[in-house]
Amino acid sequence: MSNLTAFLFVLVEASALKVLCKQCFKCIHGCEETDEAISEAAELRMEHSEDSVMVLLMRELLSGPGLDEVVLLRSEEWCSQGLLFPKESESEAKIDGETASDSESRAEAAPPPASIDDTPEVLNRALSNLSSRWKNWWVRGILTLAMIAFFFIIIYLGPMVLMMIVMCVQIKCFHEIITIGYNVYHSYDLPWFRTLSWYFLLCVNYFFYGETVTDYFFTLVQREEPLRILSKYHRFISFTLYLTGFCMFVLSLVKKHYRLQFYMFGWTHVTLLIVVTQSHLVIHNLFEGMIWFIVPISCVICNDIMAYMFGFFFGRTPLIKLSPKKTWEGFIGGFFATVVFGLLLSYVMSGYRCFVCPVEYNNDTNSFTVDCEPSDLFRLQEYNIPGVVQSIVGWKTVRMYPFQIHSIALSTFASLIGPFGGFFASGFKRAFKIKDFANTIPGHGGIMDRFDCQYLMATFVNVYIASFIRGPNPSKLIQQFLTLRPDQQLHIFNTLKSHLTDKGILTSALEDE
Amino acid sequence: MDLWLCEMALAALQCAQQCAQQVRETDIDDRYGDLDARGDSDVPEIPPSSDRTPEILKKALSGLSSRWKNWWIRGILTLTMISLFFLIIYMGSFMLMLLVLGIQVKCFHEIITIGYRVYHSYDLPWFRTLSWYFLLCVNYFFYGETVADYFATFVQREEQLQFLIRYHRFISFALYLAGFCMFVLSLVKKHYRLQFYMFAWTHVTLLITVTQSHLVIQNLFEGMIWFLVPISSVICNDITAYLFGFFFGRTPLIKLSPKKTWEGFIGGFFSTVIFGFIAAYVLSKHQYFVCPVEYRSDVNSFVTECEPSELFRLQSYSLPPFLRAVLRRDTVSMYPFQIHSIALSTFASLIGPFGGFFASGFKRAFKIKDFANTIPGHGGIMDRFDCQYLMATFVHVYITSFIRGPNPSKVLQQLLVLQPEQQLNIYRTLKTHLIEKGILQPTLKA
Repeated sequence: MSNLTAFLFVLVEASALKVLCKQCFKCIHGCEETDEAISEAAELRMEHSEDSVMVLLMRELLSGPGLDEVVLLRSEEWCSQGLLFPKESESEAKIDGETASDSESRAEAAPPPASIDDTPEVLNRALSNLSSRWKNWWVRGILTLAMIAFFFIIIYLGPMVLMMIVMCVQIKCFHEIITIGYNVYHSYDLPWFRTLSWYFLLCVNYFFYGETVTDYFFTLVQREEPLRILSKYHRFISFTLYLTGFCMFVLSLVKKHYRLQFYMFGWTHVTLLIVVTQSHLVIHNLFEGMIWFIVPISCVICNDIMAYMFGFFFGRTPLIKLSPKKTWEGFIGGFFATVVFGLLLSYVMSGYRCFVCPVEYNNDTNSFTVDCEPSDLFRLQEYNIPGVVQSIVGWKTVRMYPFQIHSIALSTFASLIGPFGGFFASGFKRAFKIKDFANTIPGHGGIMDRFDCQYLMATFVNVYIASFIRGPNPSKLIQQFLTLRPDQQLHIFNTLKSHLTDKGILTSALEDE
Repeated sequence: MDLWLCEMALAALQCAQQCAQQVRETDIDDRYGDLDARGDSDVPEIPPSSDRTPEILKKALSGLSSRWKNWWIRGILTLTMISLFFLIIYMGSFMLMLLVLGIQVKCFHEIITIGYRVYHSYDLPWFRTLSWYFLLCVNYFFYGETVADYFATFVQREEQLQFLIRYHRFISFALYLAGFCMFVLSLVKKHYRLQFYMFAWTHVTLLITVTQSHLVIQNLFEGMIWFLVPISSVICNDITAYLFGFFFGRTPLIKLSPKKTWEGFIGGFFSTVIFGFIAAYVLSKHQYFVCPVEYRSDVNSFVTECEPSELFRLQSYSLPPFLRAVLRRDTVSMYPFQIHSIALSTFASLIGPFGGFFASGFKRAFKIKDFANTIPGHGGIMDRFDCQYLMATFVHVYITSFIRGPNPSKVLQQLLVLQPEQQLNIYRTLKTHLIEKGILQPTLKA
């Protein structure tokens, strides 16, 4: 029996060989004879009706689809049982082509670990009666409301908590993307990878947060001696830390896995570039004033929801091949709805100091304060309505905050360009054949799924603020000034003085104060 | 019968594996995941590099055996590169800037070409356009910032430049976004993964080449000596480590580069430190090398004239006792910069080679012998410059941490952009500070 098994095994190999050979340009000996041999052996084998993979295979070969499909479908099974190319672990499917809808591909694609259902028990029980489609809808809806409520609570708790939350979100996003990279590259068994990735995350975070802390907590830092040294040589220390990681990476290169390790190195760095720099920009925006954090994020969320609603009710023309569920109606409807929403929200928020004032660290009370005189942007002004709109609305002038004009720009960006971040993430998911980034939020997928559109938004708001709203940070300038040499300081002082005098800002009366 | 079966089985297994390999290589669709996951045994053939040695050299060296011929070609090209380097230094900082820019573009091109070959992506739409477009955007961003800083007076005169400078970040971001959106729109159904790989490859390459060449130029503007001494230290380390390894090499250093030895490493370290010391001494004397590069608007050109800072003035240092006995002198006059050059040379010898190992690992991972074939006998431009990149970043960080503070003209420029009330506040703060420090006399109204 063992001889026959071996012979059949060889034939199966050979038949698989023949399939592959078709695409090769040379024929391995014995190709032509396999067909007859297979049928002969299959008949022989069937007589014994042993429930082995061989038998199943033979049955399929004789009755079912052609050899090619069988080989393709069963190759994975053979691999796991060590029958074909025993030492390969090709859990990546050999299936060709992208499938447009996710549900079909799940049946065929090689599974990354099957997604566990994270829905809490409570919800499961409450919704057990409904059909699965409505159940999914309800789960999504409830989770959306939960997230929005959570968002409000955190806003209430203040900027420090917000900063912590941003940091946690960043770490979770990094973790999700790195895990995907690991799954794609089967790299759990390579030494140092996870350590190095997390180490790089730590380094880059240290660098960015060190710079932020130095800027905003200037007086606090100057008081404490160790902090002062850390901040003076901050760049050098960060660079040294990064270099250590780099050298560790070079020393950890293992002979057969060079390419894999370089891929993971590149993957880690691109992830850091995306995730860490943008969360850092979010925190910069936050310190500018909570309204600069809340309005953009709400606009993106509103755009998501509105585009979905409009698409649900009116959707007809598909928008882009990448995301077949998006429609032009949803896109345009979402755009207008988001602009209106942004106008209303900024009107409401501009009235409150706690949203509008830059976050400052008060040395006396050792806490964050948001108390100031609101700048021009946040004071009501009269605007003349153009003639066209006058007849419709019936007013001659309207009182608005100038910030609302800016909010139109922000909402426009959120609706027009924000979705590209979503398309990018969709393309990424299709490229790596995953349905969601992770399974953290039931019904919604991972944290990255919720925040993919936000990243472009954060960068845009930061660039917008830096270009149009405010100039450089005065306290930072003073701090830089103090580190210059005396002759440079004198030179700058004199230049500034002549500039101010030229512009008439500085008069000799003021000079004598 | 058993033996025959076993042999047949083995033969069939081997053939099947070979065949399967070739199938995967020639199939250009979604097999890249498998390709990557299978370890390093499946890289497609890189077409053999063409021999670019010029005809002249070939004729002159046709007599020698091939081993010596290779050595001579390398030697001649090394001397050519060094003399080219000297020539460009003589021509001034502007030419150096252009040279750095040219090298950056070529390095980018080499790495991107490797990526293309590895991923067979010549037939994908938009890739080359998008990669070069991103290169252009990032360069625009960085050079715009540099120009704004260093050419402040020149820029203040022209109206259009003013506008470009003021909204520089916004314009750069808009340009980058356009490229990003084009990328998203260019995603083709069967090639998603490939396109994402190339996107990431492009970005990592940009991160490495463009940011570091930008730092090189910033170092250059600080003073040509900050550009020359580090680069020469790295080159010297390469050459002396090679020579020491050639004559004394015995213990291998690292598995990645089997030709490197501990003797070469240590010998190279000491000779580089000495070389840096001497080069710093020689260069510190000339204003041409020591002064920050400035753009004078009246002359409309770059000038390097200034009062040399303290770093570049001879000072007397008292020798520690044990050296006194050796050198029979009590004090020695050195430039303080030479102490810094020891730090720079140490970095070049100890950490610089890691950049070389990184590049070696990269070449092994993608089974290429050299990055390209631009320089006969040496490989591509990246091969020559792989150790330099870490060095440039280190020098920049070193300068900002230990040598100077922020750039005064940048501070000034930012001051001028502020709101008038803020400017007035700062003015008052500065005045108080300067008076306190005694730099500004209260009665003096300069």
